[in-house]
Amino acid sequence: MTSASFQVPASEDTAEPLLELHFTACADRLKLIRDSIRATARMCGFDDGTAQSIVLAVDEACQNIIVHGYGERGEGIVILGLYRSDAGILVRLRDFAPRVDPTKVKPRALNDVRPGKLGSYFIREIMDTVEFRPGPEGKGNLLEMTKHTGEPQ
Amino acid sequence: MSKSDKPQQEPSVVRLAGSVDLEHAPDVRKMLLDAVALGRNVLVDLSAASYIDSSGIACLIEALQKARSAGADLGLVAVSIQAMRVLELARLDMVFPIHDDIAAATAADA
Repeated sequence: MTSASFQVPASEDTAEPLLELHFTACADRLKLIRDSIRATARMCGFDDGTAQSIVLAVDEACQNIIVHGYGERGEGIVILGLYRSDAGILVRLRDFAPRVDPTKVKPRALNDVRPGKLGSYFIREIMDTVEFRPGPEGKGNLLEMTKHTGEPQ
Repeated sequence: MSKSDKPQQEPSVVRLAGSVDLEHAPDVRKMLLDAVALGRNVLVDLSAASYIDSSGIACLIEALQKARSAGADLGLVAVSIQAMRVLELARLDMVFPIHDDIAAATAADA
């Protein structure tokens, strides 16, 4: 499983692979991951504030895999791929947990103030596109997200 | 904080530093709920919180709700730029009392 890696999707065939990280799905790895995402986002041309927002969105997606994907089944492997695209940054997140039903990944209403269910809201609010796909060969899940720099292409 | 039914004791102050995230959420939750259990108003100093995520926010919301249900309140103090961005994103800056520093929070509560 850990030998799996990404191919740049056809829709982003000009995207440049910048970083691919394979890590165990446990909470104490997230700070290490965040530092890498921040540096990569800056390399893609985002300012500090937007880079920090991208860090939050990807971090929340990783948390969803840790807590809801693998959950009580224990630690699994996560593969994070970061690409520089013409539009900004492309993020691909692969896991080998049971398939996610995207229709069930819903944030709570913001006026319903209670603990939890904010992670998915952060992801969709921060990123420009968010797409859940089945993992290659029908194994696990593939989450693909993009964030655009907003600069003329 | 409500001036009519607030506890009259000095507030409990909880200082959160570093990453208030999934890894540290269990410890943060215990610290906050222990402070709430004292029955006083609680001030959470976020000046040294370099990062906060939805797990950390969930701890704050749970503590806020428990404090209010016990007739007290929970305010945030010296919120770092990153933490404020997250609070604003979730529109929680309209839910938590937010103060510049402990002195301002204490004065507002007087």
